[in-house]
Amino acid sequence: MSIDSVFVHKMWVDHELSKMVKGGIPFPMLSDAAGRVGTAYNVFDDMAGVETRGRFIIDPDGVIQGYEVLTPPVGRNVLESIRQVQAFQHVRQSGGTEATPSGWRPGKLTLKPGPGLVGKVWTVWKTSMALD
Amino acid sequence: MAEEIKAGCARPTGGPVGETETEEKKTAQQGVQKESRSMIMVARKAPDFSAPAYFEGKFINVRLSEYLGKWVLLCFYPGDFTFV
Repeated sequence: MSIDSVFVHKMWVDHELSKMVKGGIPFPMLSDAAGRVGTAYNVFDDMAGVETRGRFIIDPDGVIQGYEVLTPPVGRNVLESIRQVQAFQHVRQSGGTEATPSGWRPGKLTLKPGPGLVGKVWTVWKTSMALD
Repeated sequence: MAEEIKAGCARPTGGPVGETETEEKKTAQQGVQKESRSMIMVARKAPDFSAPAYFEGKFINVRLSEYLGKWVLLCFYPGDFTFV
């Protein structure tokens, strides 16, 4: 979503994005010309008249599970966004019985919070697991 | 799901839908100076909105609440022809 019109979105797809991504963009490109949606999400810079780089993970109940906002010059890490979605999906599937520690990726160890784990995280989880 | 919209001379734009939780409402009730600030927070409902969109060669209208039941990654960026 940006403040560009849907016409500009089409031109961007036709002239540039379709050359990067075969078949064009597989999701809707939204227009927020007045910045009203961006204002509701607190990412619209009304001095510059543009949206900042906000990214929101919204779950199937419409609840915001996470967000990240960057100033325009620095791009995002798409793989980190995907990792976070996978982690939230895993936690949701477990019905809240599992938590994903730092550095978790699908297949890696999860934690099962409970009285037995208090003070014992160190026995099952090593700091190196956050960095591999 | 999303209806197609006609392309006209007017520049259609998006906007919030329904009740939005804003500071404005609270402060107005308290009689304090108005300040419009959104109440975005994790574990809270994402503000619903409706916005025109370009998707697979068509102009459509997208409403966030149509995606209930699915995971949504909502991305804002400064402008077309920049990186994302």
